[in-house]
Amino acid sequence: MHLDWPWRAGVLDPQGPIGAAERTILLNATSIMLAVIIPVIVLTIAFAWWFRAGNRRATYLPDWSYSGPIELVVWSIPALVVMFLGGIAWIGSHDLDPPRALQSKTKTLEVQVVALDWKWLFIYPEQGIASVNRLVVPVGTPLHFTITSASVMNSFFVPQLGSQIYAMAGMATQLHLQADKPGIYPGLSAQFSGDGFSDMRFNVEALSDSGFDQWVGTTRAAGNALDLAGYQNLTKPSVADKPATFGAIPPKLFEAAMTHAVK
Amino acid sequence: MMGKLTWDAIPFDQPIPFVVSIVVVLGVVAILAFTFFKGWWPYLWREWITSVDHKRIGIMYALLAFVMLLRGFSDAIMMRSQQALAAGDAQGYLPPDHYNQIFSAHGTIMIFFVAMPFVIGLMNFVVPLQLGVRDVAFPVLNSVSFWLTCSGALLINLSLFIGVFARTGWLVYPPLSELAFSPDVGVDYYLWALQISGAGTLMTGINFTTTILKLRAPGMGYGRMPIFCWTALSSNLLIVAAFPILTATLAMLLLDRYLGFHFFTNDGGGNAMMYINLIWAWGHPEVYILVLPAFGIYSEVIATFSGKPLFGYRSMIVATLGICVLSFMVWLHHFFTMGAGADVNAFFGVMTMVIAVPTGVKVFNWLFTLYGGRVRFTTPLLWSLGFICTFVIGGMTGVLLAIPPADFVLHNSLFLVAHFHNVIIGGVLFGAFAGYTYWFPKAFGFTLDERWGKAAFWCWLIGFYLAFMPLYVLGLMGATRRMQHYSDVGWQPLMLVAMVGALFILAGIGCLALQLWVSIRGRAFRRDLTGDPWNGRTLEWSTASPPPPWNFAALPQVEGTDAYWGMKLIARQERARAAGEPSRWQAIHMPKNSAVGVVMAFFTTFGGFALIWHIWWLAIVGAIGVIITALTQAWRVETEVEIPAEQIAAFERSRPQGAIRGEIA
Repeated sequence: MHLDWPWRAGVLDPQGPIGAAERTILLNATSIMLAVIIPVIVLTIAFAWWFRAGNRRATYLPDWSYSGPIELVVWSIPALVVMFLGGIAWIGSHDLDPPRALQSKTKTLEVQVVALDWKWLFIYPEQGIASVNRLVVPVGTPLHFTITSASVMNSFFVPQLGSQIYAMAGMATQLHLQADKPGIYPGLSAQFSGDGFSDMRFNVEALSDSGFDQWVGTTRAAGNALDLAGYQNLTKPSVADKPATFGAIPPKLFEAAMTHAVK
Repeated sequence: MMGKLTWDAIPFDQPIPFVVSIVVVLGVVAILAFTFFKGWWPYLWREWITSVDHKRIGIMYALLAFVMLLRGFSDAIMMRSQQALAAGDAQGYLPPDHYNQIFSAHGTIMIFFVAMPFVIGLMNFVVPLQLGVRDVAFPVLNSVSFWLTCSGALLINLSLFIGVFARTGWLVYPPLSELAFSPDVGVDYYLWALQISGAGTLMTGINFTTTILKLRAPGMGYGRMPIFCWTALSSNLLIVAAFPILTATLAMLLLDRYLGFHFFTNDGGGNAMMYINLIWAWGHPEVYILVLPAFGIYSEVIATFSGKPLFGYRSMIVATLGICVLSFMVWLHHFFTMGAGADVNAFFGVMTMVIAVPTGVKVFNWLFTLYGGRVRFTTPLLWSLGFICTFVIGGMTGVLLAIPPADFVLHNSLFLVAHFHNVIIGGVLFGAFAGYTYWFPKAFGFTLDERWGKAAFWCWLIGFYLAFMPLYVLGLMGATRRMQHYSDVGWQPLMLVAMVGALFILAGIGCLALQLWVSIRGRAFRRDLTGDPWNGRTLEWSTASPPPPWNFAALPQVEGTDAYWGMKLIARQERARAAGEPSRWQAIHMPKNSAVGVVMAFFTTFGGFALIWHIWWLAIVGAIGVIITALTQAWRVETEVEIPAEQIAAFERSRPQGAIRGEIA
């Protein structure tokens, strides 16, 4: 029987280095804390039960309310755990800071992301193409996302690749991710943005290098150029848009979207 | 004349809100008619509505919380059933327009009109009794606070019948909440309701901070104050420090919406990030405003039912004040994903974890309070044990979310939703229920039924785990919050389990209602004449149940922590002197009833409604009404009534022999 694990397509099934590192932190921190909280739960139940009023074998200590050594221990246990986890948090924050570039011999692919009501526009400035609700990337290549919103706040998130980051109007946030294996990974907006929010989803299609180049070629060849009028059309609210590609884009489209120059 | 208000505001075309509106209106009319024909109106007006007695105000707060819990829970069950249905191509039965209002209202109501009134109500009832005093520092202000909270609750619920509620989430993040994206009255309902009730809460904070700092029974130094009073002090200090931030932040959003300012808009130099920082600078302390008093309740309950003093009393005070201070240094952990940079994120992540230290200490101290006790498994103790076992899990997931790289994949997911319900239900609500069961006999003179109480506890506990553990897993599977529908049918089984959990919680609410019903019906047999049904340790148990309006015939003399426990020990040796002598009683001055609170709330409700609908003349009437009401209070000459010594002596004589009076120690 094929068992469909519940975390498939989730953050416990990462497909890239960032997601994998984050899962490691998640699991390590959980194990460390479980080592404290499971005994606490067991002791709570055990103490309450053993010292129940009806138990004649339990000693009643009606005035016992202070013990220096115990106080020292109960302050030390959480303090030590927090020092350890604090170290993980400090190092992890720096190593996995979203704007931090990934170390790789492969040249980084630039992708610009614009959150619209209620769809995602992906611009490939180096390739001169764009797509809506469909993000095609090459496997094993560091991806640098520059993210903004032409409307309300959203959050750009591909659970299996790792970190999410807000998309906010008038500013650009930075995110570095990478997909290690070919496949289709769901992406979404993780920040509520209004009526069409639930359908603000897209698929990440991670292809081999040649597959990606082929896709760029086909997209260019197919034409369907996005001009400013076409972009203005995209900014109008719409729900559950079908994925689309554009073979050409106007210059500085992302900057225009970010500064609301296109109205 | 009527601003933006037209007949279109009534949801004739939407069956769910329309039918609910009719039922609720009929229900309210039926209650009003019933009480009118029973001839209860003068009594209710005289003894409750205009009462400035902290105990009655406390009871009314708790009643408001219970009523609003029903409203908030109706929203919850609609959300759970919608998400149980709307998988794959299914859209469920709630369109986004309606669903978005429901989750926004659920959060707003549960935090501001269930958790807050419940906690403030318990503080109202208990704090002056524990301090051994006769009322709070500003009794009329206390009544004003309560009625302003009611005014806010009323406005929020009016949005169900007239117009719409916000569709922006419970913290109305701009730019979505700006006029450009939310042009209707929903956000205005939210803003004015919270401005009015927030003013009430701020006054509560001032009132209780003053009460605890300035009014205590003779001999009760800070080192002898019951731990619940310490947690109440911390909570109210946080209110005083944090609520002005909320008021200012919402005022800026109001200026954006009403007068075309650009604090948080996308254009004109506005910056929504500022709002998000400010709202959480209030929002995180708010969490501790709620949970610290709950910690206090658990401390009292565990000590009482273990028959021991609280373990590490001083350590607990340090931990409480530590949390109080630290709670202001962690707000950024609500938005690590804004991209503030590694140093900032790491700082706030580590600060957040540091709060886990005093919190962990508290858990260990409760553990050692149980150790060596004679533990009685009453309902309040069950809530407390359920709390410890549940809350540590919420604490663990909280620390996980405090690690920025972990938060990058968990932020805004159902994992987060599970986490904060874990700490708010398992922490605040369980505490409120523990306190409700624990202090109910003090308030009404008879105990609550234990069997229904325990049934309620088990339903809530099982319901909580069934409803929220699946959400943790769903969050790890990549499910985000606030989805009206989702395409992955693989999520549906867990959504169904969560729905079953919500039904268990519904059963838990039913048990609480039955418990109240059964207990009231059987009150003749459940009567507690001693005033001390649990063998309590603190001063509230030394007076009669229900306490007379003056609380204590003579102010108790406090000789140590657990003041009443000490008195009882001495009393056992000096049983002969237990009966007080009538000649020793003196007349007591008590604050006079005042209609200021309810009249002011009347004007703020109409004023708020007018502002929401742009009915400017009515808004001016409301504002003038508020000012005149306040001035009337200022010019009142007689603010006190004298209770003659004979009445007090008569009351004391009526108490059963053997009841141990506070004054003998």
